[in-house]
Amino acid sequence: MNQEVSFYEVKKYKTGILNWILSTDHKRIGLLYLYSILAFFIVGVCLGLAMKLELIAPGKTIMEAQTYNAVFTFHGIIMIFLIIIPGLPAVFGNFLLPIMIGAKDVAFPKLNLLSWWIYVLGAVVALMSQFMGDGPPDTGWTFYAPYSFKTSTTMLPAIIGAFILGFSSILTGLNFIVTIHRMRAPGMTWLKMPLFPWSLYATGWIQLLSTPIVGITLLMVVAERTMNIGFFDPALGGDPVLYQHLFWIYSHPAVYIMILPAMGTISEIIPTFSQKTIFGYKAVVASTLLIAFVGYFVWGHHMYTAGMSDTAVWLFSLMTFLVAIPSAVKVFNWIATMYKGSINLKVPLYWALGFLFLFMVGGLTGLVLGAVATDVQVHDTAFVVAHFHFVMFGGVGTAFFGAMHYWFPKMYGKMYDESWAKVGFYTFIVGFLLLYMPMFWLGMYGMPRRYYDYLEQFHGGNIISSFGALVLVAGLAIIIINLVTSARKGKKAEKDPWHGKTLEWQVDSPPTLENFDTIPVVEKGPYEY
Amino acid sequence: MENEKHHIVPIKTYVYILIGLIALTFISIGVTHIELGEFTTAGALILASLKSWLVLSYFMHLKFDNVILRIFVALIVLVFAAVVAITFMDYMYR
Ligand SMILES: [Cu+2]
Repeated sequence: MNQEVSFYEVKKYKTGILNWILSTDHKRIGLLYLYSILAFFIVGVCLGLAMKLELIAPGKTIMEAQTYNAVFTFHGIIMIFLIIIPGLPAVFGNFLLPIMIGAKDVAFPKLNLLSWWIYVLGAVVALMSQFMGDGPPDTGWTFYAPYSFKTSTTMLPAIIGAFILGFSSILTGLNFIVTIHRMRAPGMTWLKMPLFPWSLYATGWIQLLSTPIVGITLLMVVAERTMNIGFFDPALGGDPVLYQHLFWIYSHPAVYIMILPAMGTISEIIPTFSQKTIFGYKAVVASTLLIAFVGYFVWGHHMYTAGMSDTAVWLFSLMTFLVAIPSAVKVFNWIATMYKGSINLKVPLYWALGFLFLFMVGGLTGLVLGAVATDVQVHDTAFVVAHFHFVMFGGVGTAFFGAMHYWFPKMYGKMYDESWAKVGFYTFIVGFLLLYMPMFWLGMYGMPRRYYDYLEQFHGGNIISSFGALVLVAGLAIIIINLVTSARKGKKAEKDPWHGKTLEWQVDSPPTLENFDTIPVVEKGPYEY
Repeated sequence: MENEKHHIVPIKTYVYILIGLIALTFISIGVTHIELGEFTTAGALILASLKSWLVLSYFMHLKFDNVILRIFVALIVLVFAAVVAITFMDYMYR
């Protein structure tokens, strides 16, 4: 086999598409995920925009109340289960993890392809809920009992779709754990491994250990709906709060499935663009593992007002405050890395800095929600929506775009237009702040979430927010169009355009089929400048 | 990897374990006929744990494999136990 050509040129089948959907190459699978996620992202954004247009004025604007319920449910299902949970691990983890640890592929390439197929199957099943029976689901993405087994809308495909998607996540996590344990290049000890693989390792354990819990919980709802078992139905001796426990035992750690790889990405971008080794490598590794571990015991902060015992509320609040510490350690280390570094202010660093600011707002407003007294005031209001969009979109989203702009030259062998990328970045940030900042204020003053209508006093804030949504969508369009045209027509990228030190910058752009001609021997730490 | 010893388990052991598992399954059906009151669930869970212990140690080779794997599994069981304990704490103090 010719080692000189890139993996794009290695073709087994005559029909172009089969080279993608039957490929076991980790790079092609990463790109398959990227394109699937991009397609769903466009749908999710359109649904979000539709909600914001509905809220531009009180009363009915463009849709009925029931349609609004269906739209926020579907927006949540798409954005959570189809986009940010697979997100960074499935796209950049697949493409880069083997290269960053000096391997030719993941440990189980066929299983890797299977997880993409399971992802597609789960997505199709979940989408079916929109076109079947008595109308699309209206429970919100959390499928809270008892409503999820009482509502007459088409719940089963959505729930079973989410169940199937869980397997995809479990298989990816398992694959990465084994790959990291068994396939690191000679000399790459645990403490010489770059931080993005470290974050994928911690994420893999969460995927492996928590996803089965939501799987079985979703099956319990299915059983409840079809056979009236009585797990969650008080009339049959069940307990609806038990559903919330089981759901959040998975779904809080799931937040770390999303944010840990984002933090890992930032830990790669900042040293490269500061041309300086990461400050406190071991502290960053330890904080990654601690977040993953403590993150298992904080789920109850979603349920302060659900009727839990006060003792449990107290304990969950304490644990939630504890998990903030390792996150703050990371923020401190990133800033200390930039201190006195030779800053090279390029587009990926823009996104990393955007991440720092937006994630900090998201994290600190999280403490408002973690403290019981203030949470009771803002529970289920627009404040919560603003908070988690700051963390999920402002945190994971910006890290995703940062990763996209950082590794783009490696993935496509092309450079993108930097000035358009900066225009896209600024438009995104302005739109983002206009969209979500007013929602903190609206929530503080009592505007509930998930209502298609509101009191006149909230009109001003909602107009700003809806206008921000339009700006944000314009920003996203600029970013995506710039990347797509650059992938086709951009000028050729060098091996190491940013002077990075991790292994992916030593292989060709785009990499060859087996990444390395000879497996490298690692002698230095990952960020020695 | 070169430095690994492969332990070969005789077929007989697997057959005994299989018979043990089937027997335990019948026992767990059997105990549902005895009136145990609030210990019904506990009984079912103890029998199920016994069965998973057999599967993990013999069929999944934990008994013969590297110690580190046993430590991993023990840690996972501990995390799981903590999660269950915290959930039940809510019910106990309500
Ligand atoms: Cu949470």
